[in-house]
Amino acid sequence: MRASTVLIIPAYCESGRVGDVVRSVRRQILSGQLPAIDILVVDDGSPDATTLEAAAAGARVVRHPFNLGYGCALHSGYSAAIRSGYDRVLQMDADGQHDPTMLARLIEALDNGADIALGSRYLDRNAPDSSFARRIGTRLFSWIASRWIGTRITDPTSGFQGLSRRALESVVNDGFPEDYPDADVLVQHHRSGLVVREIPVIMHERLGGLSMHRGSRIAYYGYKMLVTLLLLPIRRATPLRSPDTVARGL
Amino acid sequence: MISTFVNDWLQEMTPLHERQQVVAIAGAAAIVLIVFELVRRRKLREEFSWVWILTAIGIVVLALNQGLLTTISGWVGAASSVSTLFFGAIIFLIALSVQFSVRLSRLTHRQRTLAQRLALLEEELAEARKQKAAAERKDRARSKTSSDEVA
Repeated sequence: MRASTVLIIPAYCESGRVGDVVRSVRRQILSGQLPAIDILVVDDGSPDATTLEAAAAGARVVRHPFNLGYGCALHSGYSAAIRSGYDRVLQMDADGQHDPTMLARLIEALDNGADIALGSRYLDRNAPDSSFARRIGTRLFSWIASRWIGTRITDPTSGFQGLSRRALESVVNDGFPEDYPDADVLVQHHRSGLVVREIPVIMHERLGGLSMHRGSRIAYYGYKMLVTLLLLPIRRATPLRSPDTVARGL
Repeated sequence: MISTFVNDWLQEMTPLHERQQVVAIAGAAAIVLIVFELVRRRKLREEFSWVWILTAIGIVVLALNQGLLTTISGWVGAASSVSTLFFGAIIFLIALSVQFSVRLSRLTHRQRTLAQRLALLEEELAEARKQKAAAERKDRARSKTSSDEVA
């Protein structure tokens, strides 16, 4: 029988890690610490064995024909969830940063009425060390996001999230960003009347692989986020994605 | 031999703007020829070719009508007609680049959407095939058991 919740794991070049992540989540489910959830890995066109490892570990795998970016991988996952009729979605990274034991907290928050349960590594103040640029960026964007949303957001860049069906409908239909979806998506959620709630989670150092926030990309990320946040109130919906042709298969 | 002929012919042409006219018209003709050839070989789509044909026509009009360029220079406040020409060319190229960027954004978006749909359909197809194979296996096993029972 199909579960009503699906865990989306976007992965790019995570061979050697993604299999372990999928297996650790499955162990949690088998031991009864997590309710039954399906696992969907979105391989963002990795040239390595990411797809094979994820499938061997027992996950459904959607594979992009070439690299499309983190946001697109998430969007494909959301679209697959809508197409398969799931009620809600959890998402975590494939690099071992996110602790699968924390998924239960996200599910609990969704059960208690949150539309977006955002796993924050900073709420409990036990975050792993990060680079100076990243800390500055996180500070800046959490300040901006908090200002917009009206409640304190400490970790707007977190990819460890849970989404209700309402939030899912909103993200697939309203021009989801293709490269770095974080603070801007949260603000967008808030603007469309969804309840955003931060949940303290434990995050680990990544086990390896490539961070999407590296080198000159950090500069572009900062620029992009500022432009998007500034234009948010006056921007039009993406014409090609409303109503979304990926999620509905129209 | 040919070069001396061309040189003599160029020497005969006075005043200077006649040379400019010839060069401009030759350039415009070259653009038209190249564009038509690219369209014929299907390397350039018709929808992109008209811009270049229009450019060539513009060059010919300006070359034949010297007064026009001077009038335009007066309108934009340029000191000489040459700077008007360069100014126009730069504006044209910038407009073209912006238009291409817009097209590129649209294409990128479409290509991503297509790739995503392809990925989702592939996964659904694989899933459906797997289910079909499992159902067939079950059917075979069932028919085998019933035939065993009959035997």
